[in-house]
Amino acid sequence: MLFTKKMKLADLVISNHSLVLILERFNIELGFGEKTVADVCQQYGINADFFLLICNVHSDDQYLPTTEELSQTDMSQLIPYLTASHGYYLRERIPHIENHLNRIADACLPAHRDTLLKFFKEYREEVEKHFQYEEVTVFPYISKLHQGEKASGYSIHRFEKNHSNIEDKLGDLTNIILKYLPGNIMPNERRSLLFDIFQLSTDLNTHSLIEEKILIPYVQTLEENL
Amino acid sequence: MKTRILLIERSPIIASGFANLLQSGTTFEVVAVADSLDRIAERIIVAKPDVIVVNPSLIDNSKRQSFRVIFQEQPSTPIVALVSAYFDGQWLKNFNGIIEINDDIGKIENTLNHVLQTTSGHTESAELYELSDREREVLIELSKGQTSKEIAEKLHISVHTVITHRKNIVRKTGIKSAAGLAVYAMLNNLIEP
Repeated sequence: MLFTKKMKLADLVISNHSLVLILERFNIELGFGEKTVADVCQQYGINADFFLLICNVHSDDQYLPTTEELSQTDMSQLIPYLTASHGYYLRERIPHIENHLNRIADACLPAHRDTLLKFFKEYREEVEKHFQYEEVTVFPYISKLHQGEKASGYSIHRFEKNHSNIEDKLGDLTNIILKYLPGNIMPNERRSLLFDIFQLSTDLNTHSLIEEKILIPYVQTLEENL
Repeated sequence: MKTRILLIERSPIIASGFANLLQSGTTFEVVAVADSLDRIAERIIVAKPDVIVVNPSLIDNSKRQSFRVIFQEQPSTPIVALVSAYFDGQWLKNFNGIIEINDDIGKIENTLNHVLQTTSGHTESAELYELSDREREVLIELSKGQTSKEIAEKLHISVHTVITHRKNIVRKTGIKSAAGLAVYAMLNNLIEP
């Protein structure tokens, strides 16, 4: 069942706990009492249709808005939303995972520790590069389109073709921690780390889905209408 | 489209007899015949069989218990024994089906159809998840950041074969990146620190 504006915001979060993360990407503070989605959105100046679209994509695997729905929704908050997500991944989630991993690596043989840390460093750099490209090249291009300006020499088609995969290495890390690191090394720390990785990986998958199935079609329409 | 069979049989009389019999029907076709297990991995890659029919006497005694490793290029492909001499029945149970030398075409087709119906999907067997010696060699090179082409040259195999090994390595370990494989190789002592 999809969420609607008349529902209480708290009920959305209780039915899908990962929406806690979505709230802060819209700068919504906790403590909203019994307010409905419509009330809270109005209070923060957020377009409620867009807010629901994001909550629904994060909560229902089967849900994707149609091109028609997209064209009728105010998408001006999409780029700020994606940028806020990047900030959370880079400044909070990845350092948090790295802390767990550092403690685990310290309990390993020196050679194993070094390869493990090298692996994670490469992963972090890959993610940073991926986000940086979007924030420096793609998002400014889209913001300009939004203001009715078409920058020459770039189109969303290029982004579509080059949108790199940052999920592989996270899957590799899951396999390493789960299957290949000797069982006696830091079991509790590893358990926490696994939950953190699973959570980040679900979040990132939806993030990519939003970029590929919502951002790209939306920008294509903008390009065509200019 | 006909179901593709790779036949591994030393006797030319049996091999051509088997192929001819199946040709009279409309469902099966012997697309390749090998007279031994030499370079069988490459034969499998080229023939892309739906079923492998093999004379069990061609499988070395030492490999009897883990014979599926020989055919791991396509690990989910059913393997049927073509029996023309006495074999231990217990061992023959490890095959997906058994065709006897005296079976008529009706019985052979029944056996093959039954095997195809019951083995669609993956064959469950622990050894399918263990890396072969060749896959270990390829994994070590991948973990050093070598490309498929470089690995093919170094190990004297085709690029196509390297790619097949890569796919199997990813399927078995769940690890896709070179950096991840380097961690795997280190933890499993495949490379020196």
